Amino acid sequence: MNDSTKVSNAERRTFVLNAARMGCGVSMLGLGLGLAVNQAKALPAQALRPPGAGSENAFLGACVRCGLCVRDCPPNILHLATPGQPVTTGTPFFVSRIGACEMCENVPCVKACPTGALDHGLTDIKKARMGLAVLVDKETCLNFLGLRCDVCYRVCPLIDKAITLELRHNERTDKHAIFEPVVHSDACTGCGKCEQACVLKTAAIKVYPIHLAKGEMGDHYRLGWVEQKKNAGHSLIESQGNLDLPDRMPEGLKLPGHFDPGSKDTPR
Amino acid sequence: MSLFNRTSVGQEALEAKGWWKSNQWLVLRRSSQLGLLLLFLVGPWAGIWVVKGNLSSSLTLNALPLTDPYVLLQAVAAGYWPQATGLIGASIVLAFYAIFGGRAYCSWVCPVNPVTDLAAWLRLRLGIRGGAHLSRDTRYWILGMTLVVSAVTGTVAWEWINPVTMLHRGLLFGGELVWAVILVIFLFDLFVMPRGWCGRICPVGAAYSLIGFKSAVRISAKNRTACNDCADCYAVCPEPLILKAPLKGGPTGASPVVLSPNCTNCGRCIDVCSKDVFSFSTRFNTSTCTEQNAACGPSQPSV
Repeated sequence: MNDSTKVSNAERRTFVLNAARMGCGVSMLGLGLGLAVNQAKALPAQALRPPGAGSENAFLGACVRCGLCVRDCPPNILHLATPGQPVTTGTPFFVSRIGACEMCENVPCVKACPTGALDHGLTDIKKARMGLAVLVDKETCLNFLGLRCDVCYRVCPLIDKAITLELRHNERTDKHAIFEPVVHSDACTGCGKCEQACVLKTAAIKVYPIHLAKGEMGDHYRLGWVEQKKNAGHSLIESQGNLDLPDRMPEGLKLPGHFDPGSKDTPR
Repeated sequence: MSLFNRTSVGQEALEAKGWWKSNQWLVLRRSSQLGLLLLFLVGPWAGIWVVKGNLSSSLTLNALPLTDPYVLLQAVAAGYWPQATGLIGASIVLAFYAIFGGRAYCSWVCPVNPVTDLAAWLRLRLGIRGGAHLSRDTRYWILGMTLVVSAVTGTVAWEWINPVTMLHRGLLFGGELVWAVILVIFLFDLFVMPRGWCGRICPVGAAYSLIGFKSAVRISAKNRTACNDCADCYAVCPEPLILKAPLKGGPTGASPVVLSPNCTNCGRCIDVCSKDVFSFSTRFNTSTCTEQNAACGPSQPSV
């Protein structure tokens, strides 16, 4: 082995060691950053994103935290999260109890977004889904107590579509009516007007991010009455006739015409 | 011995060239930093909207979109392809810094620069020497790391902590904890690591240095034969390693142009040199001054 190879070997060794040192050190930092960023993805339920923001995950990958939407928000309800707030630093949000979205017709916040983190395809504010109103507390809602408060219903920009009043009998007095405010997710934009206007000390109706507010049936559920409409009035199971489901009876007891899966009798 | 060292750095230049010539670029640079900040601030302060947004992305006079290419790159790494406005804004910024020197962003625009410059100045004045060592290449590793973390987590990761955009956003949109972050950087530069943040860690600066890798506008040690080895330029340069070859490389035939992409084009070396060794030039102009060629150098003392 000659001298020049020795030198180059030593150089190579230094290079590899330096690279390893850098790589490992910076990876540790990266791991910390990654974990912190991942934790920061959790958005508190009161914090709502501007219209067109899509899922929280997608939004955090697309928003550059410039605040142009905040500047172009006429009622000034949008804020950029500051360090220390429980919303990812620098991202825009609003808290509807403090200031609800005014649902400007020309959607200026979306237009202002330079990256399209707020989807520029959203031109009709009625199609925005910033969240979904939920009447979370029927025990304190004045309408449920039999009063005609109706405030959430009256302030709703999509009155009679997003919130309707469903009439039913007041069992307590037995002679009055209860006007139950019911939210319809096919129309509610999550603007938060109802939550902001709720007259209670703590709102009984609240706007939550949709993933918190909405149930999901799962793909295997089919609603018979819906299918029937689609299927020119024919039921889904029309061809199968009436189903005879197994009945469980106390041991030893037999009822004619009933199928007991525990017994050795074959169903008729 | 007083707390403040009377440093001789820049003294010679002050005597030889007068106050303006020995502080010209520093004043211009601070004016640029402050002016740009004021342009952003007159909006929220006075309702005069010249520029909206912040350094991540902005809109000037409702017409000119500008977007930070590095921030946008994080979004792309996170798996998001931005809208045209963002891409156009980033292209304009890229083109500008590709010509005028990538890290000109650091010394002429970045709001963290006055903070770290103050730390460096205090270091000199308080006679604080040494400190923790970290390679100047670290920033490139961190730059890569931020993109990997963006890709893995699917978020614009560095913006969660980025002090540059955080400070700018804090000034424009509020947020008290921002000052804690800036104080930490100041103290880190002052006591822990000389020129630590901007010179070794900040991935924003690293990204801009790559943008300006082949930038046209450069500092040149054109008049290097006049150098009297006072070393004032090394003392003020935020990246002193890059000066040696252009300044002292005469005998080996090295170019007098400071070609390192880490040069921030701050021009402080021009200010503090009593012999006017340095001047702004381009990377293509490799000429040097000789005794026969007295035309170059802005204020050659006539004998």
